[in-house]
Amino acid sequence: MIDSDIVVGLEVHCQLDTKSKLFCGCSTDYRNDGPNTHVCPVCLGLPGTMPVLNRRAIEYAMRVAKALNCTVIPESEFSRKNYFYPDLDKAYQVTQYDKPLAEGGYVEIEGDDGKERKIQLTRIHVEEDPGRLVHMGNAERGRYSLVDYNRAGIPLIEIVSEPEMCSPKEARKFLNKLRATLEYLGVFDPEKEGSLRVDANISLRGSERVEIKNITSYKGVERALTFEVTRQKNQLRRGLKVDRETRHYLEARGITQSARSKEQENDYRYFPEPDLRPLRVQSWVKDIKLPELPDARRERFVQQYGCSLNHARTLTGELKMANFFEAVVSGDGKGLCSLAATWIADTLTGELNYRSMSIDALDAKRFAGLLVLLKTGTITDKSGVEVMRVMLDAWHKGEPVETPDAIVSRLNLGKTTGDDAALLGAVNDVITENPKAVEDYKTGKNGALNFLVGQTMKKTRGCADPGELNRLMVEALKSAEQ
Amino acid sequence: MAVHTISFEPDDRYNAFLKVCAKPSHGEGKLTGIAVAVKDNISTQGIETTCASKILKGYIPPYDAHAVGLIKATGAAVAGKTNMDEFGMGTSTENSAFGPTLNPCDTGRVPGGSSGGSAAAVAAGMVRMALGTDTGGSIRCPAAFCGIVGLKPTYGRVSRYGLIAYANSLETIGPMAKNVADVSLLMSVIAGHDRKDTTSYNKPYTHTPSADIKGLRIGIPEEYFGKGVDPEVASVVRKAIGRLEELGAVTVPCSIPSMEYALAAYYVICTSEASSNLARFDGVRYGPAADTKKSWHAAYQDVRKQGFGPEVRRRIMLGTFALSSGYYGKYYAKAQIARENVRKDFTRLFSNVDVLCGPTMPTIAFKLGEKSDPLSMYLSDILTVPVNLAGIPAISVPCGKVQGMPVGLQVMGRQFEDERVIDVAYAYEQAVKQ
Repeated sequence: MIDSDIVVGLEVHCQLDTKSKLFCGCSTDYRNDGPNTHVCPVCLGLPGTMPVLNRRAIEYAMRVAKALNCTVIPESEFSRKNYFYPDLDKAYQVTQYDKPLAEGGYVEIEGDDGKERKIQLTRIHVEEDPGRLVHMGNAERGRYSLVDYNRAGIPLIEIVSEPEMCSPKEARKFLNKLRATLEYLGVFDPEKEGSLRVDANISLRGSERVEIKNITSYKGVERALTFEVTRQKNQLRRGLKVDRETRHYLEARGITQSARSKEQENDYRYFPEPDLRPLRVQSWVKDIKLPELPDARRERFVQQYGCSLNHARTLTGELKMANFFEAVVSGDGKGLCSLAATWIADTLTGELNYRSMSIDALDAKRFAGLLVLLKTGTITDKSGVEVMRVMLDAWHKGEPVETPDAIVSRLNLGKTTGDDAALLGAVNDVITENPKAVEDYKTGKNGALNFLVGQTMKKTRGCADPGELNRLMVEALKSAEQ
Repeated sequence: MAVHTISFEPDDRYNAFLKVCAKPSHGEGKLTGIAVAVKDNISTQGIETTCASKILKGYIPPYDAHAVGLIKATGAAVAGKTNMDEFGMGTSTENSAFGPTLNPCDTGRVPGGSSGGSAAAVAAGMVRMALGTDTGGSIRCPAAFCGIVGLKPTYGRVSRYGLIAYANSLETIGPMAKNVADVSLLMSVIAGHDRKDTTSYNKPYTHTPSADIKGLRIGIPEEYFGKGVDPEVASVVRKAIGRLEELGAVTVPCSIPSMEYALAAYYVICTSEASSNLARFDGVRYGPAADTKKSWHAAYQDVRKQGFGPEVRRRIMLGTFALSSGYYGKYYAKAQIARENVRKDFTRLFSNVDVLCGPTMPTIAFKLGEKSDPLSMYLSDILTVPVNLAGIPAISVPCGKVQGMPVGLQVMGRQFEDERVIDVAYAYEQAVKQ
């Protein structure tokens, strides 16, 4: 079986970043507060309460629909999805069923074959988030659960794709693109915990479909799908069937586990929510304005700053990074475009990930100062990384950040030049200390020169220009031979 | 605003009240110092609200229903919470978990339902007015059976916020009183838009009843005098309509063919909505607590089995079935078509007549325990449910007696023409008074 026989479809639930909940005035900013502090009779589902639709949430959802090229349905409808669970205070979720807000549309991704491809969408609908269960105790001592309704009623959109992705990697790309688009639209905060949840459908062609429920991280989606591909292939290889079922993803172990078979599924008994009128949005559609979206910005980065396509893609993949890049190259930073693209897209992202820190903490001017030192050849790339790390650590801790120049002079990271006596001394020292390598060099072993240059680099703490150093070492070896 | 209290110590020999507020406070306004009884499915802040169900025993709402807030703001005193069929499911108030209410006209008979407690409290003179709710006749039926006036307003004209839902798309809060003027007065307080109920309309009620009905065109649907309607009741109502003709109204015979399916459609819709509305009663947040030692679904089952009475359980099961995948199209979707047909019939008739008149109930009040099988009880709703399906206003006004028991004349009007049905009832009431 070849990998093009993998079929993946996603259902992505995103919390809309509104100030108040979908059907009441409670604040959505609950993450730093105690349980059940952002609740009222409506979102607690107290008897007799009724929902009042948050217009802003619908406007946000329509922005998404428009940005993803969907057809907005002029009259949509809310329905009740009935099921029992302690986190669902009304025992039904108000959602949209057969008349969703929007249908069709697509998300463009770079396919595994390197070509841009449109992943078609089925629909987008709006619904309320349920509350949350907090499990206490363990198997040995009194297991019980507590319910927190702070999350109950947070507006969600569910974006359903057609099963058109061909690999776990494509699914990840789809999600990244979606996340970026929603972030650009100002309707979604990807940094909020639990703001995105994904159900993934996967099947190997000709085989039953498996649904993996409630994956809560971007990485998790790719990992869960990769695990499933392997599991399902093994199943078939052993001559077994793949069962049509729902599985859970166990994030900590990176595996999926059977949850229930399709036959045991809930019958949700959908019917139109009688407490809300049909949603007519025709007259708003024209008022929905879109900002520059990731694809347009990527093209602009290529045109305006001469970024490579890959760099442009990385830089525009997250709104904050794109903004940071533009801040760095604005004003005096005009000449720094290509350096900035490389350093932000390649080096900085890795360092940020390593520290799990947000780009928010960084000061673009100061960062540009570092790039100026690199551009003028004042420091080597290696020293540049060192200076950047010092700055990042300070930003991360919220301490005052020295200027790049100050860091260079304090740590003595200025680039040494060819006629620097210390540098020549280091070269000669390395030759004396490594007779074996010198011997190898003479017998034509290529690796030997790299080793000797590396040793010298160490002695000079990376301050030497690698090209310069290489030249000096070759000359020194030549004169030693004579 | 000054706060006063009244003393309310009724002789409640009819079990009309589930909860009496002995010293209710009140402010000043249109209803200053008037004791108003509130049906127990309408939320009252700080006063236990049970819907006459064990499953809500001990539930004290932290907020007032919009209508309750309005009567308080105009000076009324909430005198207590009245008995009802559990969650409004019944036509006799026998389905209360806390015992039936007796009819003040004959304590061997039911007061009608489901707002039987409110009707009995008014009929016995314990309160001047009361709030009831009407899902399929629950204001009009007990009004007719107890000999008082009850208005089922146009759907959406009174906010439902705080009304503990049984069947959202059908029900409304409405006024009950001994005479039309008081019904009109209470309606003027509770009607109007509420931003917390987005199905409510901005149609305030500022009307003063007028007895002038000259030239009014009254449709007489044959179905309201046909099979299943007690001939004695029919005859009393015909006589009352004759009085309206004497006052200058013109009668026009007509027919509502869609009534054939109205009752079936009504029971599919109300039980479907109920099955969803009542699912939240699980013992987690209010009411008698679930046994936390058990798994959540086992605990839910216990709470719901012990908390709901047999009629409520029956309707939850019917509604659950009607909404199930594979049956939705056969039942719920079909019921909506039947409902639409009822609406169309009324629209067609109202292009030719101003109101429709007929009996409110096909019989006089039944004896306690007389209707022991659910179906015969359901059948007694046949003349009241079409109005709820169409969302139009209707009033029941006393129009005579059969075997010493009161009979109600039902006047149905166009959507938002609550004023007109009130005028017709008022004209009749004033005519027979003289």
